[in-house]
Amino acid sequence: MSHDRSTTAAPAATTLDAAGRRELFVHMLRLRCLDERMLKLQRAGRIGFVGTARGLEGAILGAASALAPRDWLWSGLREGGAALMRGLPLAEYIAQMYCNANDTAKGRQMCNHFQHKGSHYPSWSSVIGTQIPHGVGAAFAERARGSDAVHAIFFGDGATSSNGFHAGLNFAGVWKAPCVFVCIDNGWAISVASSAQTAARSFADKGIAYGIPALQVDGNDAPACHEAVAQGLLRARAGEGPTLVVLETYRMLGHSSSDDPTKYRSDEEVERWAKRDPIDALERELLASGNLAEGERAELVSQLTAEIDAVIHEQEAAAPMALRTLVEDVYAEVPQHLRLQYNHFHDVVQRRGEALPGDGAFPL
Amino acid sequence: MPELTLVQAVNDGLKTAMRADDSVLVFGEDVGPKGGVFLATEGLTSEFGKERCFDTPLSEDGIVGTAVGMAMNGLRPVAEILFQDFNFPAFDQIVSEAAKLRYRSGGQYTAPMVIRTPFGGGIRGGLYHSQSGEAYFTHTAGLKVVVPSTPYDAKGLLIASINDPDPVLFLEPKALYRSVKGEVPEGEYSVDLSTLRSVRSGDDVTLFCYGAMVTVAEKAADQAQAKGIGVNIVDLRTLLPLDEEGVLEHAKRTGRVVVLHEAPRFCGFGAEISALIAERAIEYMEAPIARVTGFDTPFPNTLEHHYLPDPRRVLDAIEHVANY
Repeated sequence: MSHDRSTTAAPAATTLDAAGRRELFVHMLRLRCLDERMLKLQRAGRIGFVGTARGLEGAILGAASALAPRDWLWSGLREGGAALMRGLPLAEYIAQMYCNANDTAKGRQMCNHFQHKGSHYPSWSSVIGTQIPHGVGAAFAERARGSDAVHAIFFGDGATSSNGFHAGLNFAGVWKAPCVFVCIDNGWAISVASSAQTAARSFADKGIAYGIPALQVDGNDAPACHEAVAQGLLRARAGEGPTLVVLETYRMLGHSSSDDPTKYRSDEEVERWAKRDPIDALERELLASGNLAEGERAELVSQLTAEIDAVIHEQEAAAPMALRTLVEDVYAEVPQHLRLQYNHFHDVVQRRGEALPGDGAFPL
Repeated sequence: MPELTLVQAVNDGLKTAMRADDSVLVFGEDVGPKGGVFLATEGLTSEFGKERCFDTPLSEDGIVGTAVGMAMNGLRPVAEILFQDFNFPAFDQIVSEAAKLRYRSGGQYTAPMVIRTPFGGGIRGGLYHSQSGEAYFTHTAGLKVVVPSTPYDAKGLLIASINDPDPVLFLEPKALYRSVKGEVPEGEYSVDLSTLRSVRSGDDVTLFCYGAMVTVAEKAADQAQAKGIGVNIVDLRTLLPLDEEGVLEHAKRTGRVVVLHEAPRFCGFGAEISALIAERAIEYMEAPIARVTGFDTPFPNTLEHHYLPDPRRVLDAIEHVANY
């Protein structure tokens, strides 16, 4: 059973080159700028909720950068930045944060629940671990159709205790499904420490029970995350089955804008991880190798922030949500009982002056 | 036209759907070479290969969860859950994932899949091989819930369910698997998923039922007829979406209604039928709506024949309503 804790022996094909590292750095920086802007909007009361990826940019984007465009990325929570990097338009990202009429999910999910069909980033639910068997089933379907696309299934440390983790890894092992399990161990499942999730020596050890080889790497070393996932993708594409990749990292802010992490963890711990910031680490490497100029980071931050602000401005002006979306997409066609329910509601809001043009009743 | 039992009709329906569409596959516990504990999947692995009909590890959560992923990525999975009682380990995947996927994604992702499962009592299966459970699922928007009671409907509703764009929970009344026989056309046909079935006409009392209770209703109706009470029996057949207009039409026809199911009474499906009629046809009612149901207890074993509504209890309710 492979349990490689270093990635120094990675095959050359899985190593990110200099141009790739610089590109990854820009995506990481963009995600941080975006999170900062979203937090400001949340504090200003413009959006309801934010779960940031601060501190996790290297793990999430490093891992996702290894995927080919045809591969799928199943999100567990904080992978919205990966969706952006792989093709989710910034306008759709921000529309989702506003849960407005431009949101492709029609404002039905709370903030931070991104999806993007074009880059194979499925809708996910807030119930932890449920996407793991979905990804395994979809990987099974991929192989059944003769495609070599691989399904990267992301989840956090807390999800390793869920039914979905057990069922998903067990089925994937038995089926040799073409998938890579990416565990972002960020230290905390809301307020429960990773050390309180399991008596196993590490989350990577869990792979052994399912007959799945595991890699454990420094999640704040973005190129190392890329390499580890790239190795898993190679195995999956070669028909060798799934790999579990555990990325050790740290969630620098609260679980969400509603969480106060000072209640459950020490400032010293946060400070220790702040010194290992994944963006700073990659910046140092790029500066040393001559792939980034002194002062360039600051320029990039102001460019990226300006782009983000322009899109926020657009999304602030989104049209109101059509009331009919209340009952649409429950089934492929709106059934009779929902037409009746909606029409009764529509009659009430119309009489009280809340319905807008375009909110018309359904034909019965 | 061949005469088949209900379980043979299910088997025929699966084979017909698998022959028509390569993306249809069947999996679950013991559905492979064994052919299922009730033999509903007999012969599938030998005809279609182990890629299209296979056994899974023993995890209902995993069976339904992977089915959702397959459905999201182009396959038409038909998952079998050994007994309806074992849907509960998969409850979250059914109600929070399969049922809500289309809605939460604004129609971008869907889960066209079927969960087939033997349902109801009458086989001395005790608490965990006898439950109905339909009310848990009919409370879930996004699911379709189907219960056949004849071999013809079993095949036609199953094919319609497999071809449906939305997830369907297909509840097979196991007490009827081998106790009813009927003519079943060869080849493909389907039965609409939103229309009730009129079992027999009668002028005095309308009796709404589904699943194994349809045969109980017929026996009770025969006895009522001997006493001069004509019973109009309606097999609801698709509980969600419910044929509400059909229910109202049949209720108005007699003005006297009995609702029959074997599941517990409190918040049972009969409550919805009663409320629907009370809200939209109360002015036609000439008697209180009566319910005949299982008890509000766990499912028993030794006394299951008393827990399950029988013709005696149904006849009593029919007479009460008819003579009110």
